[in-house]
Amino acid sequence: MIATAERLFEGADWDFPKLQRIHDACEEIARSELGLDIYPNQIEVITAEQMLDAYSSAGMPLFYKHWSFGKHFAHHEAFYRKGLMGLAYEIVINSSPCISYLMEENTATMQTLVIAHAAFGHNHFFKNNYLFKQWTDAEGILDYLDFAKSYVAQCEERHGRLAVEQTLDAAHALMSHGIDRYPGKKNLDLRAEEKRAQERRLHEESAFNDLWRTVPTGPTKSAESLSAERRRKLLGLPQENLLYFLEKAAPRLQPWQRELLRIVRHIAQYFYPQSQTKVMNEGTATYVHYRIMTRLHEQGRISDGNFLEFLQSHTNVVFQPDFDDPRFSGFNPYALGFAMMQDIERIVSNPDDEDREWFPDIAGTGDVMAVLRNVWANYRDESFISQFLSPRLIRRLRMFHLHDDPEETAGVKVDAIHDERGYRRVRRELARQYDVGFIDPNIEVVDVDLAGNRRLMLRHAVVKGARLNEADAKRVLQHLADLWSYDVSLVEVDAADNVLKEYLLTPRGLAAAA
Amino acid sequence: MTVKSSQDRDIKDVLEGGEVGIPLEGMSEPRFRREGGTRDMVLPGNKKFVEGDVLPRSGEGSGGRPTKPGEGDGEDAFRFVLSRDEFVDLFLDDLELPDLAKRKLAEAESDGLRRAGYSTSGSPANISVSRTVRLAMARRIALRRPRPETIAQLEAEIADCDEARRVELMAELDALKAKFRRIPYIDPIDIRYRRFETMPKPVAQAVMFCLMDVSGSMSEHMKDLAKRFYMLLYVFLTRRYRHVEIVFIRHTDRAEEVDEDTFFHGPASGGTLVSSALQAMHDIVRSRFRPADWNIYAAQASDGDNSRSDGVVAGRLLTEMILPVSQFFAYLEVGETGGSTFDMPDSSLWSLYQRLRADGAPLSMRKVSDRSEIFPVFHDLFQRRRKQEKAAP
Repeated sequence: MIATAERLFEGADWDFPKLQRIHDACEEIARSELGLDIYPNQIEVITAEQMLDAYSSAGMPLFYKHWSFGKHFAHHEAFYRKGLMGLAYEIVINSSPCISYLMEENTATMQTLVIAHAAFGHNHFFKNNYLFKQWTDAEGILDYLDFAKSYVAQCEERHGRLAVEQTLDAAHALMSHGIDRYPGKKNLDLRAEEKRAQERRLHEESAFNDLWRTVPTGPTKSAESLSAERRRKLLGLPQENLLYFLEKAAPRLQPWQRELLRIVRHIAQYFYPQSQTKVMNEGTATYVHYRIMTRLHEQGRISDGNFLEFLQSHTNVVFQPDFDDPRFSGFNPYALGFAMMQDIERIVSNPDDEDREWFPDIAGTGDVMAVLRNVWANYRDESFISQFLSPRLIRRLRMFHLHDDPEETAGVKVDAIHDERGYRRVRRELARQYDVGFIDPNIEVVDVDLAGNRRLMLRHAVVKGARLNEADAKRVLQHLADLWSYDVSLVEVDAADNVLKEYLLTPRGLAAAA
Repeated sequence: MTVKSSQDRDIKDVLEGGEVGIPLEGMSEPRFRREGGTRDMVLPGNKKFVEGDVLPRSGEGSGGRPTKPGEGDGEDAFRFVLSRDEFVDLFLDDLELPDLAKRKLAEAESDGLRRAGYSTSGSPANISVSRTVRLAMARRIALRRPRPETIAQLEAEIADCDEARRVELMAELDALKAKFRRIPYIDPIDIRYRRFETMPKPVAQAVMFCLMDVSGSMSEHMKDLAKRFYMLLYVFLTRRYRHVEIVFIRHTDRAEEVDEDTFFHGPASGGTLVSSALQAMHDIVRSRFRPADWNIYAAQASDGDNSRSDGVVAGRLLTEMILPVSQFFAYLEVGETGGSTFDMPDSSLWSLYQRLRADGAPLSMRKVSDRSEIFPVFHDLFQRRRKQEKAAP
């Protein structure tokens, strides 16, 4: 550690050559010392206004048009103007090249922090984590969004704004249930999507012959021959990806509507890994920026004053208020993630007896970065926590587990605390909080009465007595019925197959169903 | 934001109040959400609990349960907030003033004066003192004119010093004084005059006449309808004109100019002579609102009753006196709630005006019997259209 290198910058001002120097200095450390493997970086500097814009399009640089984005924009803007909300220092996009947006008003220190955090930490995580590899196509996403945008615009021209809006409204309501949770056979190739949609349309146009409309149809095949089992099999039921099911099986959707559902589904899928890796993603990025900044300071490339500025915002980011603190709003993913990464570093390099007992595989192996890179590549929040949350960290954060049973009138029970008996239980419960299987309600299409009134039947498997919010469920089902264009029913069923509640919605006669 | 009903608002109040909030209704983005059931959570910051403790639910006392912010709560409180101008813009988006009255009047312009910087010549009355003094000061500093204090200081020094030094200082003083005289405090080249130029001034003021029948047959409901219409018209006019005056004329068989409160709430009784109101309007126009300077708009609200004998007089007044000087004259016939506009038989006033229209008088007339019709009717009257107003009562 020789303090030879000259300072990257002095004071708070920065310009583009300085940003380049900062980036290069970070890259050197990231590659040689941390061994990160990253997409090429594209760094853009934007204003607060543009940041708000980005917020409202789910952080993406371009997006199709829909009123809800304008609504979110107005919402964020009002909060920002009133000073209720600060803006993020940066937004980073899982694409190749990896685009990071930096706020124009950041100081030079903040830009360094943000570059280290986003352009190296998040970037490495996007490129290497198995979920992102499996579910997202970083190369194709921007082209795909471009396609989606122009496709939606085209649809508006061809079929009217209202019809497109209604379809998108409905699709958005079902977005959280438009995800494949288990990987299929083939990898996603978003670039091919655009070609496919175009070919489909061309084929339709070329194969169109008005004569077919006049041809009398023969008697339909007897539906009796299909057993219920067989029918369900043919439709791929039960199906938990509602949007996929509608795209493939809804009887009266226009081809362009199916394509819109597909677009919404693909985008939901693209964001799916992010929701499962909040703690890990932020933990990784925070750990990386901490390492890089510390090293830059050791090398003398950042002055003491700037380093203190960094430490101040770093501590703000990783602050975890206690549960009874008015500022508490759940676990701070930065704090938990960073604490766990540091804890792993300690276990690998300087373990005590407890660590050896709990983590025999990694305790004392010495190569911190190899262990961490492996963790970053192969875990998601739920598995990460259930594997690597150490007793020491449970003690440090003084975690405890509450069990709240509405039947129990006396109150909420403290089920486990940070003691020998409680470590594993606390860890299991915390991991479960991050398990998508428990976060989203489990709703499936179970059957459809094709021979009769074509009613679509859904089933919500109720877990731990948590039922659907009735008003919202009705609205979502209404959207679903509009797309399906026949009746839709939903039953809520508990583990013992008792029906708790039934919904039945009939479609409104909308342009979407025309 | 407190919302006053139109009943207890003055017409000009319509434009008061900075913001218009539009609640989120109809813009929800529903999702499947779960609620209730047994919940398990892991929290940080345990200070004194041990396994098996039972905490009261109320949230009071020892620690309690943290309240989690619900998913939708933040958004429920959210409203679109439009500034008044944005709201009115949207509200009156595709409306425009009818050009039916765009005769000479609308183009009438008067000359006005406008400041146009400074010049080196002009009348002494227009000297710009501040600009002149500023230039003079700049010149004095640039030419190093000695300040009086410097001279005074030097003279004081001369008064008490020895002989040799005195000669030296005297020479210096003379030089300073010469320079002081040579460089004037204010030179003619410093002087600047304010310059004005004449410019055509478009007529940017309007007067809005509200005529209303207040005889016994007009109910509160009818007055409310009329008021709403006047409000809209006022809002609309203020979009176009910098300055809008309102004149209230109420009439029974006599007409009088009154203030707004009396206009809407003052009791009155008597017969109905529309011509009296038209005559009053004509007098006021003649005495206070020169048609060359003012854009004149009039809206008349009535239940349609008028004495038979008055028809000829009223018709003549309207076509000969009022309409030639007005940009726009609207007649609004108000009815009782529930009465469909089609059921109302043509009243005497309605048939009179319709006759005038048939003869080519530029009148707009509509019937209204319910609040909800006010805006459509208003919208209809002012809708942007290329053609002359069509006869569609």
